[in-house]
Amino acid sequence: MSEKTESWGSRVGLILAMAGNAVGLGNFLRFPVQAVQNGGGAFIIPYLVCFLLMGIPLLWIEWSMGRFGGKYGHHSTPFILNSMHRFPLWKYIGVFGIWTNIAVASYYCYLESWTLSYVFHSLTGSFSGLSQEAVSDFFNDYVSLGTSTFGIPYEPIVFFVICLLLNTWILSQGLAEGVERVAKIGMPLLIIFGIFLAYKGFTITAGENGAINSSSVGLNFLWTPNFDKLWSPSVWLAAAGQIFFTLSVGMGTVQCYASYVRPKDDIALNAMSAGWMNEFVEVVLGGAILIPISIGYLGIDRVTELVQTGGLGLGFRTLPYLFYQWGDVLGAISGMMWFGLLFFAGITSSLAMGTPWIGFLQDEFNWERKPAAWSFGLIVLLLGMPTVLYFHYGVFDEYDYWAGTVSLVVFALFESILFAWIFGMTKGWQEINSGADIKVPGIYKYIIKFITPLLLLWVFIGSLVTPKNGDWGAALSGNWELDNGSIVKKLTNASLKEQIAAATDAAQLDKLNDTLLFVNGARILLLAVFLTLGLLVYIAYKKKLREGKI
Amino acid sequence: MNTSALIVMLTTIILVTGLTLYFFYLVLNTPSKPEPDSYPDNDHLNQSVRTNTRS
Repeated sequence: MSEKTESWGSRVGLILAMAGNAVGLGNFLRFPVQAVQNGGGAFIIPYLVCFLLMGIPLLWIEWSMGRFGGKYGHHSTPFILNSMHRFPLWKYIGVFGIWTNIAVASYYCYLESWTLSYVFHSLTGSFSGLSQEAVSDFFNDYVSLGTSTFGIPYEPIVFFVICLLLNTWILSQGLAEGVERVAKIGMPLLIIFGIFLAYKGFTITAGENGAINSSSVGLNFLWTPNFDKLWSPSVWLAAAGQIFFTLSVGMGTVQCYASYVRPKDDIALNAMSAGWMNEFVEVVLGGAILIPISIGYLGIDRVTELVQTGGLGLGFRTLPYLFYQWGDVLGAISGMMWFGLLFFAGITSSLAMGTPWIGFLQDEFNWERKPAAWSFGLIVLLLGMPTVLYFHYGVFDEYDYWAGTVSLVVFALFESILFAWIFGMTKGWQEINSGADIKVPGIYKYIIKFITPLLLLWVFIGSLVTPKNGDWGAALSGNWELDNGSIVKKLTNASLKEQIAAATDAAQLDKLNDTLLFVNGARILLLAVFLTLGLLVYIAYKKKLREGKI
Repeated sequence: MNTSALIVMLTTIILVTGLTLYFFYLVLNTPSKPEPDSYPDNDHLNQSVRTNTRS
């Protein structure tokens, strides 16, 4: 174990860092799209129910696990899990808590670099006077590594490297001097930018500045409840999934941050404060920007069509154009604020992704913080380059699916079972309440033990064997045809193979075959990283045995 | 806006904003634990509290 013990500078700094870890681009780009696709205002009911029954319990579980492991000098999940139960497999399950972060950081930093680049493009007026199609094409050219306004060759790679250098340098400065300082600046700025844009989203008037609808049309579209959708398991599954991604649970970052909290200090109130702060950014700010502004200028039909491609399209292809409807100056400022808030949302999350790996190297191999941080930067650069170079071949999406989606559910399911059933709820409850500055409702003892693991199991099974078009009624009545989005079908590349079988154009067929090759290559790469990390955990374990630390 | 959308939106915004502010208020107003705690930034505050208590 490293001799130097790091710590957070202040409690507010820890909460802002933890909230920054949770607040990501998904708060502004994913949540509103999910809400629109799953019943509008009625989506908020399953969403908040899942937050109470799965989100808050998982936050308490992960904060408790982290602080418990920290008592024994562990700051990454393999040996945090090992300290909770000696069964050898747990430390290898804990590998998810490092692997997920490295793999997600590899594509997330690329996404973050787009926001950084777009901040500069907004400020320098790259989108001024462009048509909507031209702004959309700008994004296509950008991710195709084409030449953009700045004329920098391979501009996306340059910004990706700048972004990585920035992340790595901040990480190398330490928890209090690096991560916490950025959170203390980034989170308040993010909220201020968000409030400004939400105000604009709430005050659009039809007929002014080219708006075809007033704000109320977009807000009606987002918030009008369709209560019939409440009976659909797909809507509940989508709500549970959104809670997962938004809180950054199942990643290992919460445990890592909490492992620097002393045993007698509060975690119960800290977890609630950070968790609700994330909800404020997502529901209140995230719900007031993307959809109301888009519908104000494009209309419901066009936005309904655009949300099918997800929030990224709206955020990067459409909003820069819409901001310029407010004039050149306000358009540039709004673009800077929009991409600036996305950048702060991104960097506070990507910094969190670096800390488990750094903690692991410091604890188990006595590395100093600086080389550990730079090794993270190098690994992310190497693993991230395929997502940059082969973006159009599905490598980015493949990383996102396996590391940023499936692995979170799997790890959270394991850790909830470990905490509630193996570590035991009696000890677990003591851990949650130790030093607590609030009274944790007793009902949560039973929710954590029974409901949270069952919900997680349901989310996992629901994703594993999702019925075609989410039609659970047909599936449960005996006609269980798997959807191409289910894990089982994804694993077999069913969708891609169907497209290859149906392709008639030679060029298209070549592209699809290449995509299949790159998709499988990405999976092999991710698997190799996981196995390498497992090997490092094994070496660290043997080292501990030799040194008599176990 | 239609009534049902307005009710859902306002209820959600008030609930989420209220709870966010409430928990953050609690964090800011809960006295820090005796030293050694997890946060070096408040060491001087705790030190002065201890000094005042002794005097």
